[in-house]
Amino acid sequence: MTANPTWHLIIDVAECNHCHNCVLAAKDELVGNDFPGYSAPHAAHGPGVIRIERTVRGHGHWVDAAHLPRLCQHCANAPCVAAGQGAVRQRPDGIVIFDPVAAKGRRDLVDACPHGAVVWNEAAQLPQTWFFDAHLLDQGQAAPRCVAVCPTQAIQALKVSDADMAQRAQAEGLRRLQPEHGTQGRVFYRHLHRVDRLRLAGSAIANVQGRPECLEGAEVRLVRDGQVLAQTRSNAFGDFAFDDLPPGAGRLSVHLSHPQAGQAVVATALAQTPVVLGDVLLS
Amino acid sequence: PDGCTRYTMLTNGGPLFVHVRQGRIVRLTPIELGADDAASWQITARGRVFRPRRLATVASHALAMKSAVYSDQRILYPMKRVDFDPAGERHPANRGKSGYVRISWDEALDMVSQEILRQRRVHGPGAMTITHGSHHQWGNVGYYLSSLLRFGNLVGFTRVAANPDSWEGWYWGAMHHWGQSQRVGIAGNYGTVEDCLQNAELMVFWSSDPESTRGAYSAHEGTQRRQWARELGIEFVHIDPHFNPTAQWLGGRWVPIRPGTDAALAQAIMQVWVAEDLYDKAYVAAHTTGFEAWRAHLMGEDDGCPKTPEWQEAETGVPAKDVRALARLMARKKLYLAAGANGGGFGGAGRGATGAQWARCMVMLMAMRGLGQPGVNMGNLDSGTPLDHEFYFPGYADGGISGELNWNGNAVHNYQKMPHVITVNPVRQLVPKQHFPEAITQGHASGYLWDGLATELQFAPFQYPMPGYSPIHMIYKYGGSWFSTLTESARMEAAYRHESIEFVVNQSIWMEGETQFADLILPACTQFERFDIGEWCSGGGYLPHGFNNVNHRVIALQHQCIEPLGESKSDYEIFSLILQRLGLGAMFTEGCSELDWCKRVFDSSDVAKRISWAEFCKKGYYVVPAEAEGLRPAVQWRWFAEGRPKDIAEAMPLPSQWSGPMGQGLQTPSGQLEFMPETLQRHDPHNPERPVLNRYIPSWEGRRSAVAERFPLQLVATHSRYSFHTNVDGKGGFLEDIEDHRVRIEGHPYWVLRLHPEDAAARGIRHHSLVKVFNDRGAVICAADVSPLMAPGVVKSWESSAQYQPVEVNGERLDVGGSLNVLTSSRPAISGTHSMAPNACMVQVAAWVGEAPHHC
Ligand SMILES: Nc1nc2c(c(=O)[nH]1)N[C@H]1C(S)=C(S)[C@@H](COP(=O)(O)OP(=O)(O)OC[C@H]3O[C@@H](n4cnc5c(=O)[nH]c(N)nc54)[C@H](O)[C@@H]3O)O[C@H]1N2
Ligand SMILES: Nc1nc2c(c(=O)[nH]1)N[C@H]1C(S)=C(S)[C@@H](COP(=O)(O)OP(=O)(O)OC[C@H]3O[C@@H](n4cnc5c(=O)[nH]c(N)nc54)[C@H](O)[C@@H]3O)O[C@H]1N2
Ligand code: SF4
Ligand code: SF4
Ligand code: SF4
Ligand SMILES: [Ca+2]
Ligand SMILES: [Ca+2]
Ligand SMILES: [Mo+4]
Repeated sequence: MTANPTWHLIIDVAECNHCHNCVLAAKDELVGNDFPGYSAPHAAHGPGVIRIERTVRGHGHWVDAAHLPRLCQHCANAPCVAAGQGAVRQRPDGIVIFDPVAAKGRRDLVDACPHGAVVWNEAAQLPQTWFFDAHLLDQGQAAPRCVAVCPTQAIQALKVSDADMAQRAQAEGLRRLQPEHGTQGRVFYRHLHRVDRLRLAGSAIANVQGRPECLEGAEVRLVRDGQVLAQTRSNAFGDFAFDDLPPGAGRLSVHLSHPQAGQAVVATALAQTPVVLGDVLLS
Repeated sequence: PDGCTRYTMLTNGGPLFVHVRQGRIVRLTPIELGADDAASWQITARGRVFRPRRLATVASHALAMKSAVYSDQRILYPMKRVDFDPAGERHPANRGKSGYVRISWDEALDMVSQEILRQRRVHGPGAMTITHGSHHQWGNVGYYLSSLLRFGNLVGFTRVAANPDSWEGWYWGAMHHWGQSQRVGIAGNYGTVEDCLQNAELMVFWSSDPESTRGAYSAHEGTQRRQWARELGIEFVHIDPHFNPTAQWLGGRWVPIRPGTDAALAQAIMQVWVAEDLYDKAYVAAHTTGFEAWRAHLMGEDDGCPKTPEWQEAETGVPAKDVRALARLMARKKLYLAAGANGGGFGGAGRGATGAQWARCMVMLMAMRGLGQPGVNMGNLDSGTPLDHEFYFPGYADGGISGELNWNGNAVHNYQKMPHVITVNPVRQLVPKQHFPEAITQGHASGYLWDGLATELQFAPFQYPMPGYSPIHMIYKYGGSWFSTLTESARMEAAYRHESIEFVVNQSIWMEGETQFADLILPACTQFERFDIGEWCSGGGYLPHGFNNVNHRVIALQHQCIEPLGESKSDYEIFSLILQRLGLGAMFTEGCSELDWCKRVFDSSDVAKRISWAEFCKKGYYVVPAEAEGLRPAVQWRWFAEGRPKDIAEAMPLPSQWSGPMGQGLQTPSGQLEFMPETLQRHDPHNPERPVLNRYIPSWEGRRSAVAERFPLQLVATHSRYSFHTNVDGKGGFLEDIEDHRVRIEGHPYWVLRLHPEDAAARGIRHHSLVKVFNDRGAVICAADVSPLMAPGVVKSWESSAQYQPVEVNGERLDVGGSLNVLTSSRPAISGTHSMAPNACMVQVAAWVGEAPHHC
């Protein structure tokens, strides 16, 4: 942690539509271009230093997909800097740079990163990362390239103190990737539950004049040990969903009720995978 | 700042700043508007004010262009097939097999110009045909509708009559219900962004994935508007066999549907409306004709079969209860129907056997909802921004430098403002694109006209060859996309190797698909290596006011940023060098360089009234100020709904095409929305595949077909999200490393096929493993993308791989390049039309075991 302002990113997972513009902007910038002191030309092929990872939850029309842009987290407590012994440095503005000369041959630095953010350039024998377009910021550009090219404005770059950022993260529910590694990354994600938490979805239906109908407006409660964890209402298609549920939540029941259509109770369990209850008939 | 010079460029995927240092492109960045650029519009909706970002968004294929420019597949010097001797043996059967030798430009230019003269002497007019792709690198001078057409007219050529591929279903079907011939049967979008945000409550995306197709040329300009719609609480539904990228991101209810069955779903929705009395009766009474017959059909009064949600379930796979819920929701909420990429047209659903049935239903649905009333319209927010629609700058189809007066918009647009030497192609012979291979191999073919001047023109059949003209003996090929964009495309191999074809010249930037079948290859350069001028997203022609997709009208000088690579030359220069040898050089150039032509285009436009040529060249671009608030375009169809004279900016239909007084009513004979189209009644009343009453007819290649026993999966090969058709795909470019586009397996970037986990499990297919996709027409090797984002029983890939790489494994021919159109049928969607129906395609998929086949 430093008191001076450092570069941070806020990435909204729910807004990423996997257009890959950030990935391509990084390729455009780094492949075939030499920025002495910052980076040697990156390889044209293979995974780039920004990657998009897909998470799909559920199936049928209850499916949900989210995309997670992965890149160097510019950790305040960076294992790569420690392991680099001079080959990797962190600048006062927080940007972590793998030195294109000193890091030569240091394949070990790929493994030093617990976030999988280091790409090995076989031809150049160099570990390489997304270095926040530091060379452009140093020339006065306001933000790294991924910000302008992102059509949904899912990526925001800001230079603030770690304390201010922590406060903001707290207030807005922003989270780091894999905090268990304790690297104190400076990339924060919004709506990360779309990737690492569970969703439970289903549809309420009722028999009306002998045929099934989607049931709108059913009261749906998620219950554990007699306690209501969350509550929602079914929409015009009878659909309902609970999100941001912790893996391993265990036994749950879903109670549905509707003034005309009656009720239903479904027992389920949340382990490690999302749950699709399917059609639930109220009677 | 880092020693780069910053140029401007327009592309199919948005404007770019091009940063160049020491003759090399360093980077491509989006144009961020400055304080000195015109102010943006703003929209007030439901108490909120929305302003677009001050930036021109970009598409993936624009951002990846540097890798295409410096691709190792660039053709850097003229080449001749080794066993081709124009004076002796030509060995046509070896096309696509034998290699090439480098030759000089002089040899190459002599060869092609002498052959043009020889063909003319020996066979007569029409012996040479010119074939090209539909999409070109951006610009008004270098575009195929400009320079290539001027060249073609000066030498004479048999024209390839294209089928309305983007507009299938709409041209042959929807047009008969509402006119719109000059938009090829689709809707315009004037004023719809404002109307949708202010008034709509529900958007139903039906075969529409704007986050992928991006208004064709408008990059991600619509993305922010859809975010606004979401913030305003507008609800979304997505009817598509794929939970497509727009659906994944925007949210809303996915209605997975089996391809080609949409008309059944649409009829059931309308049936619910009738049964439950949920449609706009006053509108139907005042603004439509033929409803009684349609109502009777929906209720089964004519055929004993009510088109209920239960009836459609067996066809579409959509549960009846969901259809009733959807129908009621569409009736209860103010509806924007977003059909296809345009919102009021296009869509993969239109490019199948039942495409016209679907497109017709889209119009009929809206006729029952009251098309044009506030919040009730068509659109997906990708078009219809409140821009200045009168400020003139020509679109790419408005004539350019062609001198042509019939086959583009020159006569009404560019020529009027920029007089230039008129050119005429006296060869009237046409060869139908989808039957091009048969025209060559069998010597004859027939088609129907695609001509938007009037509704009736599509009924006119034409025959190839045409009396008085020579059959084709020479192909002047421009680019090389057809193996992946023409149906049943391996047919092209036989066409290229046919003995009647004496000469094939391919003018191409890269070695791709068809280029390898040429006798002579002429290396063209990319748009970064020559001058041009244009306006972003302005097609003109059949896409009038197409620029209203974007948030800021950007008109730019497309600088020459770098020298042509190797010995490559601009298309314009190649044409002028050939024509010099034919004594037509000055006629072609009028003494103008490409930059001179850019200035002529500039001078002819309204930009010249605002800034000087010198300022324009220096800054590189000009942003047209947005329309003043009180002068904004009226909303599409509103005039019709309110029974007023037409008050939107499009000058159509032609004066004689109004059945009533000019300006009143639609282009249809009745002037109304017609449920039972009179133009079909008059001209094609007994076509069983296009009945006047738009009954549901199952696809001729679908789950019910006999072939489904052996080929049980439905394949849709739609428009590729990351490339622009073949443009910027493959060739060692950056897109090869996007696993949503291609997946690298054993070093080879395989094209992706999406399939459902159940279909994969049943075949032992793992995610990102190789699969063989096949039917009786051929086989393609792809990488599997296994996920529940696909409906079961449906596999989805993309047309338009730039690569055609057939290999032979154990006597079987396999394409490892990803040209899925090897598998599609070349049958027209409906008889009596010249159309393509690639999305009516049954296949089987099998896990590929053993060594990756590209090694073979
Ligand atoms: N299965 C299936 N097939 C389809 C479709 C589908 O949905 N499914 N869609 C159809 C539709 S709507 C379309 S529009 C077509 C598109 O199909 P095509 O028009 O065939 O595809 P493009 O990639 O646009 O072709 C452009 C060609 O022009 C070349 N080219 C571009 N710029 C230049 C230049 O400056 N100079 C030279 N010399 N060459 C240049 C490119 O290299 C390329 O070969 O595909 C159709 N085919
Ligand atoms: N990035 C990119 N953008 C492009 C293009 C490109 O090549 N690349 N091409 C441009 C051109 S020329 C055109 S014509 C337009 C085309 O734009 P569209 O015609 O709208 O595009 P498609 O991708 O063919 O189809 C859109 C959606 O329809 C779905 N679909 C396919 N078959 C069916 C069906 O039977 N029923 C239903 N309900 N849905 C179906 C597909 O899964 C897809 O999500 O795109 C333009 N934009
Ligand atoms: S540019 Fe934005 S939307 Fe596109 S992939 Fe990157 S983060 Fe996602
Ligand atoms: S993400 Fe990895 S490479 Fe980046 S700073 Fe943290 S430890 Fe180092
Ligand atoms: S000289 Fe040319 S531009 Fe002038 S009036 Fe005659 S035709 Fe028109
Ligand atoms: Ca105006
Ligand atoms: Ca438009
Ligand atoms: Mo098209």
